[in-house]
Amino acid sequence: MYIHGKWLAHFPFLKERVDIVEKKKKGMTLAKKQLAAGWLFLTPATILIFIMSFYPIIQAFITSFKTGKGINIKFADPLTYNYSRMLQDVIFKTSMKNTFLYLIVEVPIMLIFAILLAQLLNNKDLKFKGLFRTCIFLPCATSLVSYSLIFKSMFATQGLINSILLKIGIISENINFLGTASTARAIIIIALIWRWTGYNMVFYLAGLQNIEYSVYEAAKIDGANGWKTFWYITVPLLKPTIVMTAIMSINGTLQLFDESVNLTSGGPANQTITMSHYIYNQAFGQGVGNFGYTSAMSFIVFIMVAILAFINLKVGDTRD
Amino acid sequence: MTKKKNRSMIQRRLIPTYIFLIICSFISVFPLYWMIAAATNSSLNVARGSIAFGNQLMVNFANLKNAVQGTLWSSMGNSFLYSIVQTVVTLFVCSIAGYGFELYHDKGKDRLFGILLLAMMVPAVATMVPLYGLVSKAKLLNTVWAFILPGISTPFMIMMFRQNSRNFPPDIMEAARIDGLSEWKIFFKMYVPVQKSIYAAAAVITFMNAWNAYMWPKVVMSDNRAQTMPMFIANISSGYTVDYGMTMLGVLFCSLPTMIVFFILQKQFAEGITGSVK
Repeated sequence: MYIHGKWLAHFPFLKERVDIVEKKKKGMTLAKKQLAAGWLFLTPATILIFIMSFYPIIQAFITSFKTGKGINIKFADPLTYNYSRMLQDVIFKTSMKNTFLYLIVEVPIMLIFAILLAQLLNNKDLKFKGLFRTCIFLPCATSLVSYSLIFKSMFATQGLINSILLKIGIISENINFLGTASTARAIIIIALIWRWTGYNMVFYLAGLQNIEYSVYEAAKIDGANGWKTFWYITVPLLKPTIVMTAIMSINGTLQLFDESVNLTSGGPANQTITMSHYIYNQAFGQGVGNFGYTSAMSFIVFIMVAILAFINLKVGDTRD
Repeated sequence: MTKKKNRSMIQRRLIPTYIFLIICSFISVFPLYWMIAAATNSSLNVARGSIAFGNQLMVNFANLKNAVQGTLWSSMGNSFLYSIVQTVVTLFVCSIAGYGFELYHDKGKDRLFGILLLAMMVPAVATMVPLYGLVSKAKLLNTVWAFILPGISTPFMIMMFRQNSRNFPPDIMEAARIDGLSEWKIFFKMYVPVQKSIYAAAAVITFMNAWNAYMWPKVVMSDNRAQTMPMFIANISSGYTVDYGMTMLGVLFCSLPTMIVFFILQKQFAEGITGSVK
C-alpha cells in the first residue's frame, strides 16, 4: 500500500488501474469463498452416496465372483460359478417368476384404478371429494409390515374372509388361502393393489390439476362423452406421469420384500417368494451366509433396476 | 329454477360415480377398521369373523406387553428415536445439498449431480450385504447409526430440495452478501424460513419411510433391545399359533404414529410423495 502511494504520487494516472486490481483481488477472494461454500454444502451428501451406494455396489460386483463362507471367501473357479449356479437354482427361478408375475398383473390393474379414481375425483360437481380422497389415500399411512399382517390375518384359514364366504354360502368349508400357491400369490397382488392405488392416485391428481378445466368444457361442447374425454384428453396429457408412476411401481415390485416375508413367509414351500426375500434368506437366514452367491443374485436385481432407472432419466429429460 | 333442475340432474348423473367411490372408499378403510376392531377381540372371536368391537382390549394389551421378552415399549421408543434422528439428519444433509446444487451451480457441480443421480439405480437389496460388512466392521451394529446411515442421503430428497430451490432468487443472496452475511447465515436465516413447507413435506415423507423401514433394520438390528416396531410386530406374528387379537393391537400401535402424521399433515404428505416431480 505504501509503495503504491509513493508511486502513485509520481504517476497519478495509475491510481485508477490500481483500484481496479485491488477490487478484483477482493472480488476474487469473495468469489472463492462462495465457491468453497458451494462445494461444502454438497460434501456430506456426496460422501454419503459414494460410501453407501457406489462403494457397496462395486463391492457386490467383486464379491459376486467369489465363493466360500466367512473368512474362507475366495475367487471362484471358474469366475462365473455363482452366475451359472443361478441358472440351476430352482428357487431363484421361482422367485424371479413370482416377482414378474406380481409385476405384470399388479402394476397395470393398480395404475388403471388410480388414474380412473383421479379422473372421477377431479370432477367439479362431485361432493365429498376430500372425504373420498382421504379414504382412498389412507392405506398409504400403514407400514408395509402392518398391512401384510392385516391381510395375513384376514385371509387366514380361520379368518374373516373365510367366515364371511362360509356365511354367504359361496364355499362349504374353509379354504387355506395362504397355504395354496395360486391363492397366496393372488392375495399378495390384492394386498399390493390395496396399499398402493391411493399412492399413485395422488400423482395423477397432481397431474390433472395442471390440465385446464376449459379443455374439458370444450370437449363437452364438442360432444365428447366421459370415456372419450378420458382416452383422448386425460390419458395423453398425463402420459409423463403415467410413465413415471409405472417405472416407480415396477421398481418397487422388483424389490418386493416385506409382503413376501410377512404375508406368506414366501410359502407354501417357497412358491410365493420374491427375489429380495430369497436373497435375504441366502445371506442372513439360518446357517447360510453365502455372500458370494447372494451378491451375484443381487447384481441381477441391480441390472434390472438400473435399466429402469436409466429409462426413467431419459424420459425425465424429454419432459422438461 | 332451471339452474336448480340442472344441478340436480348433474348430481343424478353422478350417482354411479358416487357408488363406485363409496365402494372404493369402503374397501380402502375396512381393513383398517377391522384391525382396530380385532384389537379389542379375543383371538377366537377374530377367527370367527367378528367385526364388532369386543371387550378384550386390556387382555390383548397385557399379552402384548409380555411378548418378545417385553420389548413393546423399547421397540416403540427405538422407532421414535431412529425415525426422528433420521428425519433431522436427512433434512439437513439433503437440503444443503439441494441448495448448493441449485444456487451455486456450475459445470462441475452439475456433472456431480448427474453422477449422484445414478444412485437411484442401486436397489437396497444389492447393497445390503456389503453395507452389513461395513457397519459391522465399524462396530455400529444395533446402534442408531446403523439404522440411519444408508438412508440419509438419497437422490430423491436432494432432487426435491434442488427443484424447490429454483424459486429462491439469487439477487437476494447477492444483496445479503453485500450486507456482509456469510454463506451459512444466508442459508439458515433466509433460505430455511421461506422453504418451511418443503421442509414439512420432506420431514413427513422421511419420517414415514424411516418408521416403516423393515429389511435394513432386520439386517443390522439383531438385538431384541434395538429392534423397531415393524420388527416387533413381525416377531409376535411369526410363531406357529398366532394370537390375532394381540397381533392386531401390535399392528395398531405400529400404525398409530404414521396415521396421526397422515391425518394432521395429509397435504404435506401428498406434496412429499409427489415432491420432485414438478
